[in-house]
Amino acid sequence: MTIEAIIFYFFAAILLAAAVCVVTVRNPVHAALFLVLSFFTAAGIWLLLRAEFLAIALVLVYVGAVMVLFLFVVMMLDINLDRMRHRFWSYLPLGATIGILIALEMALVIMAPRSGFGTMPAPADPGAGYSNTGELGKVLYTDYLYPFELAAVVLLVAMIAAIALTLRKRKNTKYQSPSDQVKADSRGRVRLVTMPVEKNEEA
Amino acid sequence: MLSLSHFLVLGAILFSISIVGIFLNRKNVIILLMAIELMLLAVNLNFIAFSYYLNDIAGQVFVFFILTVAAAESAIGLAILVVLFRSLASINVEDMDGLKG
Repeated sequence: MTIEAIIFYFFAAILLAAAVCVVTVRNPVHAALFLVLSFFTAAGIWLLLRAEFLAIALVLVYVGAVMVLFLFVVMMLDINLDRMRHRFWSYLPLGATIGILIALEMALVIMAPRSGFGTMPAPADPGAGYSNTGELGKVLYTDYLYPFELAAVVLLVAMIAAIALTLRKRKNTKYQSPSDQVKADSRGRVRLVTMPVEKNEEA
Repeated sequence: MLSLSHFLVLGAILFSISIVGIFLNRKNVIILLMAIELMLLAVNLNFIAFSYYLNDIAGQVFVFFILTVAAAESAIGLAILVVLFRSLASINVEDMDGLKG
């Protein structure tokens, strides 16, 4: 057994255990944390496949941003778990049957000798000067430049949509109005009033 | 010796675990979103395994775009969830029957 195989089986076991925990634990916060663990472990397997840039991007973007967003939302919402977990395991027989069937079908196709996946030779070691990030950047900024720009637009649209969905005006809070502030001049700020002079008659 | 089928079978098992998760957590929208993220992870694993064994970087470019779209999807999904919770005070799927005929 080579060292790569040991690492692969170790990471695969952790990944599958974490995935099972994500879908079965009671507390959604724990589920989010187990999802973090599974992303982290998947990044390790991607490193094994020489996809360094994407492995680091998975940790930075997913663990660092998306999962923190998940945690924020889970902690912000007050979830009634008892109703949610009512008859939780009752769908397990049906779900497990379908899940095992799907896994078996896919494994049959993949493991079939005619597919050739089992005997496909691993590519040669590209050498010390090889940079996965550099190679990815070369195609990303030439062949895939247009999709790359579109992906940026997708992210912008998602950001604006998320802000627009959750933005709301609260009552009883004070807002600044920039246009009113810009339009203000000295006459608007100082108001001169004339008051009748008070006479001191007792003196 | 590791082969392509090892990684593909791992992706297949991960995918079916998240399908089971969708069956089990049919009432909890947050866990449903997490199961979808797990499915995307399994698909990405397949892409990267093929990219490595076929020696073609295009698979990694696809994973890059899937990561982008998945991040956008979860951001909008969670924003919708927050709005939903404000109006229903619940994220139970059974309470989302406002369009019932």
